[in-house]
Amino acid sequence: MTIFTILFYAIAAMIVAATALAITRQNLVHAVVYLVVSFFGSAALFYLLGAPLLAAFMIIVYAGAIMVLFLFLVMMLRVEADQRPVFPPRQIVPAVVIAAGYAVVSGMMIYLDPAGAAALPAAQADPAQFGAYVFRHAWLAIEITSLLLLVALVGALVIGRPAPDPEDA
Amino acid sequence: MGIPFGHVLALAAVVTALGMLCAVARRNLVMILLGVEIMLNGAAIAFVGAALRWQHLEGQAFVLFLIAIAAAEVSVGLAMIVTLYRRTGSLDPERCRTTD
Repeated sequence: MTIFTILFYAIAAMIVAATALAITRQNLVHAVVYLVVSFFGSAALFYLLGAPLLAAFMIIVYAGAIMVLFLFLVMMLRVEADQRPVFPPRQIVPAVVIAAGYAVVSGMMIYLDPAGAAALPAAQADPAQFGAYVFRHAWLAIEITSLLLLVALVGALVIGRPAPDPEDA
Repeated sequence: MGIPFGHVLALAAVVTALGMLCAVARRNLVMILLGVEIMLNGAAIAFVGAALRWQHLEGQAFVLFLIAIAAAEVSVGLAMIVTLYRRTGSLDPERCRTTD
């Protein structure tokens, strides 16, 4: 039982607990803040699993940008509190069937996989080395991703435009 | 380290299942989008664990693109939620069945 092992299970428990709390909250602000905790846990896990650059990106992009965008939207829309149950009975049955079926199948795959029992080695991907790898082997994907982000920006602008007046049309 | 690779995959599977539960069961457009984000996060955990297991940077490169795609997806998804909120006045997907 090394310090890494203890840290891994502590972080894993934190991620699962924060995510479970987030998906059961009625208040959207609470849900988003719990999810920020979950993503901070994921960032710590990435650092532990030898991906320091991705841990930084996780905090900057996921916990920083994406979750703040959600928080901004929730505050902007000022939705009235929903009095209905968090999980409506009509939805909970298919949701539990799908999620439990998925969990059973993936659990069996993990249990039956002989490679799964191997202990992970301790290694750290140097950020400079990782960056050089990405730009040497995946430069086309980087270009496509930048184009995708541009398309998403234009798409968000077009979708978010106020509807034109019926009289003008 | 000494952590079995299967335990990392199990954590990824649990997170993905929680996201699935959230996306299917919740009746709120913001929570559905959050569920999709949680599922992407579970996939990222599995990729980083696999990158360490096979000592290959391909998995980490994939997570980099996954984060970028999540950002693009959220920006378009939130714009769609704002448009639907303007039209129906609520975040309930049941009320998005408009005929026009």
